[in-house]
Amino acid sequence: MKTDIILAGVGGQGILSIAATLGAAALENDWYLKQAETHGMSQRGGAVVSHLRISDKPIYSDLIPKGSANVIISVEPMESLRYVDYLAEDGYLVTNTKPFVNIPNYPDQEKLMQHLKSLQNVVAIDADQIANDLKARRSSNIVMLGAAAPFLNMDLSVLESGLKQIFGSKGNEIVEMNMKALHAGYKFAMENK
Amino acid sequence: MQKLLLGDEAIAQAAIDAGMSGVYAYPGTPSTEITEYVQASKLAEERNIHSDWAANEKTAMEAALGMAYAGKRSMTCMKHVGLNVAADNFMNAAITGVNGGMVVVVADDPSMHSSQNEQDSRFYGKFAMIPVLEPSNQQEAYDMTYGAFELSEKYKVPVMIRVTTRIAHSRAGVITKELKPQNNQSLPSDPRQFVLLPSIARKQYKVLLGNQDHFNAESENSAYNHYFEGEDKSVGIIACGLGYNYLREILPEGDCKYPVLKVTQYPLPEKQVKQIANETEKLLVIEEGYPMVEEMIKGFLEKEPVTGRLDGTLPRDGELNADIVAAALGIQTGSKESKVPDFVANRPPSMCPGCSHIDVYNALNEALAAFGQGRVFSDIGCYTLGALEPFNAINTCVDMGASVTMAKGAADAGLVPAVTVIGDSTFTHSGMTGLLDAVNENSPITVIISDNESTSMTGGQDSSALGRLEAICQGLGVDPEHIRVLNPIKRNHDDMVKVMQEEFDYDGPSVIIPRRECIQKAARRRKMEAKQKAKS
Repeated sequence: MKTDIILAGVGGQGILSIAATLGAAALENDWYLKQAETHGMSQRGGAVVSHLRISDKPIYSDLIPKGSANVIISVEPMESLRYVDYLAEDGYLVTNTKPFVNIPNYPDQEKLMQHLKSLQNVVAIDADQIANDLKARRSSNIVMLGAAAPFLNMDLSVLESGLKQIFGSKGNEIVEMNMKALHAGYKFAMENK
Repeated sequence: MQKLLLGDEAIAQAAIDAGMSGVYAYPGTPSTEITEYVQASKLAEERNIHSDWAANEKTAMEAALGMAYAGKRSMTCMKHVGLNVAADNFMNAAITGVNGGMVVVVADDPSMHSSQNEQDSRFYGKFAMIPVLEPSNQQEAYDMTYGAFELSEKYKVPVMIRVTTRIAHSRAGVITKELKPQNNQSLPSDPRQFVLLPSIARKQYKVLLGNQDHFNAESENSAYNHYFEGEDKSVGIIACGLGYNYLREILPEGDCKYPVLKVTQYPLPEKQVKQIANETEKLLVIEEGYPMVEEMIKGFLEKEPVTGRLDGTLPRDGELNADIVAAALGIQTGSKESKVPDFVANRPPSMCPGCSHIDVYNALNEALAAFGQGRVFSDIGCYTLGALEPFNAINTCVDMGASVTMAKGAADAGLVPAVTVIGDSTFTHSGMTGLLDAVNENSPITVIISDNESTSMTGGQDSSALGRLEAICQGLGVDPEHIRVLNPIKRNHDDMVKVMQEEFDYDGPSVIIPRRECIQKAARRRKMEAKQKAKS
């Protein structure tokens, strides 16, 4: 297996918990992993991106070449489009629909959604709403991970065990909440892909 | 044992495992996580490994040299521009040599993700004539650091490890090695080695020169430098550090018909470089940073065309990636299908909502309105973002501490009032000495130390100035009546403007200290306190 994932968002939105879950899952399966993060100045409200590569064979580059990402997971709709040229022709773009507006020239939201809908393989999900409905407001990231799960070339159970590892120390309640979030995202994607 | 580690963390773990006794550093992206990892490590704590932050890179490098003098293994870590600050000691440490092993880790930032320039620290390694290790992946970052202490002790010379942003801040599985004991304290065998009086320095310099052949032999025999044969001799590829990874992404070992020389240990391995140059018609050099290797082997003769960053086969600036390397080899990547739509706007970093610097700039802009633009000399930290909309409040940001001294120079030129904006941590890093200059000449500058009690830009490390700013300024000779402490909150806006205007009117050096804890640090502190309360 080989999966190249672009994780996109805005500094402070915490895309790294998605990466950490995937990382734990990869390590448990003895897969190779590379995960490039954004640190420093650009974190403060700026656009942040993480390249995540998982494979059963050694991986060289820490960065994904353009046109070869299997999935873009974006916790913000405009950020999903910033990296769309990295997507492989059969790749999937999975994006949260809740905009994060911290710049004066944020694009017209209707135009943005129209553009997203015009793309071939898109799952647009209001992860914040779904997380709220589950009373798991802080798990919207994991809803996003669930929504991307059908396109990651790995079983859902692999992600479940990743979640257990990452949130295990915080107690059963937190693990269960994130499990629910994962499954809700997964269900949405299967129905709307 | 396998661990998932950032390149920075792999270096830190390797140093702990190799028996390091202390790390000395000043935070700077992309090097910060090395020291942070040691600070968070239980093993490091058990082993009593020193890991507090230093006031700046020069004091860090010197302390590391002192620990190596005393026979123990030491490490100092910094970003590329930090090495400029520490360059004086760095160059001379190559002359004194070391007793215990000393590793200098420098993290370069091509593409300037979080920096003022791109400079390539391999030049400094070459300048100082010491071995340089440039890992091509996280496992090598671990293995090379682990081995660097031995290499350092073998030749009694500091060894540099150079990484770039991408490897520093990318995570991968890393297999760790056995834990070694720390060195016992011991004095250098040559009692004069560290006394760089000219007569001794000359002798020591000859020792360093005499070691150059050994360093070259180490590179030629290094397991990290490798020659891969290839049938197609039309091009030979020299791939350095991370550049090797990008090459293998495009042309994996089995698929590459060209001869390849992987260079991850310097000085450049002469034998292998000659071999690839003799075998092939043309060379392509893939290196991250400056075209150092390309220039070196190009020399003056054009017998063999050498291509790379100098002739435009690869871009002259910026970070490398697999797409760039593919293009240099005439290989197409990317899809024609998906283009980034025009309406995707830039999202630059900005000061956090509620940040104290915002209140300082709002007051400063109003206080300076009567004098017009162009009078604010600023420095490096979160407050540098005051250069952007909506503040447009600062006019310079050059290097750590330059705000104070540039304001002084401008005031000497007649630009009065001249105002400095500097952070608390940057002030102790490099601002204090400039203020002393201003005091000595009674220069009419106003130094605003925007004190958020933290080194915030790099993630909230402790600032050396914590609780001591007024005392330091007084000690430097600033008149206590012109050291004004403010609480930068919206409600105090008018007071702040008034105090600033008063100090602009003063004909001498004045200091204004708006003090409010970084909101991110405050949030982390409250969380930690709540956690501890729940425990007890």
